[in-house]
Amino acid sequence: MEKKHFLSGDEAVAFAVKLCRPHVIAAYPITPQTVIVEKISEFVASGEMDCQYLHVESEHSAMAACMGASLMGSRTFTATSSQGLLYMCEMLHYVSGSRYPIVMVNANRTIAAPWNIFGDHRDSLSQRDSGWIQFYVENAQEALDVTIQAYKIAEDPKVSLPVMINLDGYVLTHTYELVDVPPQELVDQFLPAFQTTNKLDFEKPKSLSFSAPPEWQTEFRFQQFEAMEIAKEVINQVDKEFGRVFGRTYGGLIHEYCCRDADYVLVAMGSVAGTARIVVDQLRAKGKKVGLVKLRSYRPFPKEYFQDLGQRVQAVGVIDRDISFGYEGAVYSDVKAALYRPGAQVKTVNFIAGLSGRDITKENLAQMYEPLEALALGEKVSEIQFTGLRWT
Amino acid sequence: MKPQVVKNYQFPQSKEQMPFGPGSEAGVLIEINSGWRNLRPVINQEKCTRCLICWLLCPDGVISKDTPQLEIDYDFCKGCGLCAYECPRKTIVMEKEG
Repeated sequence: MEKKHFLSGDEAVAFAVKLCRPHVIAAYPITPQTVIVEKISEFVASGEMDCQYLHVESEHSAMAACMGASLMGSRTFTATSSQGLLYMCEMLHYVSGSRYPIVMVNANRTIAAPWNIFGDHRDSLSQRDSGWIQFYVENAQEALDVTIQAYKIAEDPKVSLPVMINLDGYVLTHTYELVDVPPQELVDQFLPAFQTTNKLDFEKPKSLSFSAPPEWQTEFRFQQFEAMEIAKEVINQVDKEFGRVFGRTYGGLIHEYCCRDADYVLVAMGSVAGTARIVVDQLRAKGKKVGLVKLRSYRPFPKEYFQDLGQRVQAVGVIDRDISFGYEGAVYSDVKAALYRPGAQVKTVNFIAGLSGRDITKENLAQMYEPLEALALGEKVSEIQFTGLRWT
Repeated sequence: MKPQVVKNYQFPQSKEQMPFGPGSEAGVLIEINSGWRNLRPVINQEKCTRCLICWLLCPDGVISKDTPQLEIDYDFCKGCGLCAYECPRKTIVMEKEG
């Protein structure tokens, strides 16, 4: 029997981690992630969780500790945010390049300066090329479910890549909702013990994370590239299998809402997708053929999906809770590149919104559909729009 | 013990033969590695007392104590000079490579 708990997003992640039975947790606090490792420390202290809980001296050390534990065949977990993610950046590449299936939650928070503890996606998107699978979740339930799925995806021998689950700071980490916490037996059945193929062993000593000269580096990078391509399929399969066991599915790489007959759609990542669905319902009631695409997996990026979408809708708007200065929103660049195949007539617009925790309201979202409608009618609109900007 | 260089080491010939990520069997040396040395340590065996400080401190572990006299493996000595610097009786001298 599933049990309903009243949990914050952070606490839901902690419950998920407990259910996944990791051997090693490396903990270093940073707002708004801290509640995750705090709750896990309570589980360990009360004996509900049996694992090594390491108090490390920095995020860089947290990731290094996870890597060391993972190469001994341990299932590991850590969590971070913002400046902490940037501080462990070097180790992110070590872990993905060495193919250790570490699962980490990043509570999305903006990057200084200006300093701010509230949420946007500038931290995780800056780590786009770190070789990690990146998920963006919408609510606490999805955070719990995707954490369980993440271990299964990461530890799939065909994938063997680390996974970063991104949880909007405060909007998800510190708000409470009823969450179904599945029973341990079901999770054990879904997620068997981690079997590493790349282990340090006294009997068969190995040299791990070695240096590769120019003659061999490209072949190792191709392995990572291929693993990410394979991960696309594995992510979809694991989501389906999760649905069979637990009764909840999320659509794998993307989740579509009212897109089948839509003329124009918004693309969003994370918590804003929930608000956007309400707005879609309101606009649909007025006869507008609008839709929403929730981008769940940013890496691997569902290129094939967007190539197809570009053939069947007239306009696509992308919400970016980030900006790549000197160009445009990072998600927009990727979506646009996939949409525009030869012959595609689709029009696009980029909304820079929700920076540093600024709310993206229903009114904001409804207003985003207006330029999309204009584009669909053949009018011109400015390509990059800052939502709620006081002045230009 | 002198490390054995694997002659005719077989590099991967196909995708399937590639190691999974950067990891493989440890202790496999495929070539000697001392080409950057411009000074070589030479032990004055008459003065050496086998105190083993050089053996203990050599960063590359190229000094062998398994023989009656200490032996330096010039195939893997990088010529850092630590042994000569630390030798209490100054019996190790750094000589210019030819």
